[in-house]
Amino acid sequence: MAGLLGDALVSGALLGGFYAAVTIGLTLAFGYLNIVNIAHPAFIVLGSYLVFACNAAWGLDPLLAGVALMPVFFLLGALVYSVYNWSFERREDESLRGLAFFFGLMFIVEVALILVFGVDYRLVNAPWIGETLTVGPAALPLRMALPFCVSAALALCIWLFLSRTFPGRAIRAVAQDATALRLAGADPVSVRRLAFGIGVASAGLAGALLIVIGPVEPAMGRLYIGRVFAIVVLGGMGSLGGTLVAALLLGMVESVTAALAGPSWAPAVAFGFLLFALAARPAGLFGR
Amino acid sequence: MLRRVRTIAAAALLALAAGTGAHSGARAQEPIHEPIRIGFGMALTGALAGAGKAALIAIEIWAEETNAAGGLLGRPVELVYYDDQTNPSKVPGIYTKLINVDRVDLIVSGYGSTTIAPAIPIAMNYDMTFMSLFGLATNEEFQYDRYFQILPAGEEPRLNWSRGFFEIAAALDPKPRRVALVGADAEFPRNAMIGARINAEAAGLEVVYDRSYPSNTVDFTPVIQAIRAAEPDIVYVASYPPDSAGIVRTVNEIGIEGVALFGGGMVGLQYASLMEALGPQLNGIVNYDFWVPEPTLQFPGIEAFLEKYQARAADAGVDPLGYYLPPFAYAYMQILGAAVEAVGGLDQAALADRIRAAEFDTIVGKIRFGRNGEWKRSRVLMVQFQGIADNRLETFERAGTRVVLHPPEWRSGAPIAPFAAAR
Repeated sequence: MAGLLGDALVSGALLGGFYAAVTIGLTLAFGYLNIVNIAHPAFIVLGSYLVFACNAAWGLDPLLAGVALMPVFFLLGALVYSVYNWSFERREDESLRGLAFFFGLMFIVEVALILVFGVDYRLVNAPWIGETLTVGPAALPLRMALPFCVSAALALCIWLFLSRTFPGRAIRAVAQDATALRLAGADPVSVRRLAFGIGVASAGLAGALLIVIGPVEPAMGRLYIGRVFAIVVLGGMGSLGGTLVAALLLGMVESVTAALAGPSWAPAVAFGFLLFALAARPAGLFGR
Repeated sequence: MLRRVRTIAAAALLALAAGTGAHSGARAQEPIHEPIRIGFGMALTGALAGAGKAALIAIEIWAEETNAAGGLLGRPVELVYYDDQTNPSKVPGIYTKLINVDRVDLIVSGYGSTTIAPAIPIAMNYDMTFMSLFGLATNEEFQYDRYFQILPAGEEPRLNWSRGFFEIAAALDPKPRRVALVGADAEFPRNAMIGARINAEAAGLEVVYDRSYPSNTVDFTPVIQAIRAAEPDIVYVASYPPDSAGIVRTVNEIGIEGVALFGGGMVGLQYASLMEALGPQLNGIVNYDFWVPEPTLQFPGIEAFLEKYQARAADAGVDPLGYYLPPFAYAYMQILGAAVEAVGGLDQAALADRIRAAEFDTIVGKIRFGRNGEWKRSRVLMVQFQGIADNRLETFERAGTRVVLHPPEWRSGAPIAPFAAAR
């Protein structure tokens, strides 16, 4: 039993790392910018398909392809934000119509993927997928362990950017008081565009992790909508550290429940944990 | 979104292209026959779209061939279909519209249990004969006497689905005594698991693990770890495609020692895309299938059909091999067409009587229906992945990579056991 619990905790931590990668971008959009980017999982699936295309055409390693795609996704995110800002935000009409905009975007991405790639399941191959690293008593499948490492590196880079650079500090400032930022001579729209672009860029990389872990199909993003928003809320909205802790906790709760009580209990226990945590701390684990 | 396949025009164009202008010219002088309209919903988007689009190609091939041969009862065939989005709640509306607004003459089902079950009450309400495409035990609750299922699961579909797996296990030496059962929390796997439990009990096996998992499970490591800790001799899995891939990869990564037989009801391991991606990781898995390119299963017409299908599959972005579902999608239309010709009309009761009584020659072999509209005799194959050394698609086009172990009359090789010995 102790061995099974230990294995479940390790695999839960690895799963949590993956959850963190798919959620970080949403933390920036939803937590810092208050933009309900419901299309975030669709961008992740788009990233998966582009990584698949690179892997199939040139044999490019999926993780390298994911990193290479980040600038493209950054530009895509900046463009999407510009449209969103021009259409809704500047008219202060973003609450409901903005939500509809991202819903529409989600469907457009799905249909575009169906038209270009078809509806079949897609996977990628790399020499390390299928290999397992043994550390003491723990077996770490590289298919889960490398996404965990990439996710940790992504979180560290974004944290350093937000805390150590001027544009990063501007993003944190715009989350707190856009008017004050404007008075300080910075353009809140540019700062928000930058933050949204980084969020979508992280979705491109998360797409690489998603297709490394399992097969994808165009509508797969919908499975993740509830989970990613739950993690952002549990972490405390605008808290990067909170997102990481929440993702790890959710991964470990799911994994331990699946191993010890049966996998069908995993979502119920995980979301029960979410409700309990929010009852105790309504602003989330790290919310203020 | 309604799409109509104007196969009349296509047939005329084909006839012209083939240099049979005299025939089409003569046709122009004849009174234009009203087409026979066949309606259905199909998963063209959503989780089952890969299979749904592949099935649609097969149905279109049948319609084109039928029209090129003069249609049914001398009337051309027209397909009227909607995308059900793999959403069961859309299905009743689609079939009600097909019958009342589009005024179709015949209906057939879309792909899969989840969209077939909600269509059956509509077919019953309008007394329509209903050919059905791959629903596991979907008529068990309705007992509709005009329902016919092309899935070769026999009169006891839940039991037959896993019967072969447990009979293969019983013949192993040493005989397995402990079984683990795991399946997705969805319509088909639930039915498969019900049958597996009964078969396990009948075989005198001790069930040491019996769990379902939610359909959005990302990581199967804790599931396989828990199964490993229960120390089963055989593991029966009823899973959907993404889960099947996850389970195969996890088993490959962390191992599952001491197991003699693994697999059974894993959907997706029949799809070319997953087989190609998983390659040698599939070795040893014993899983259900319906048609594989083994010498014992070469029926008249199957090769010509697959050639046509494969020529279109790449452009449509669907299963490039098409062994699993498309031949059966073609066959259920073959049966409907043969029944219409035999009856000489579209009377729904007469069509159902004909399908119930006759034996049909199809590209997937001879088919006779029995109780509850299921195949009279089950032909759920249990095949074992053997000797796969690479990830090339061509590997799976070869005989000998998916060896038929069960039923005995279709057997093409012997099982390799224990599981580890085949890997």
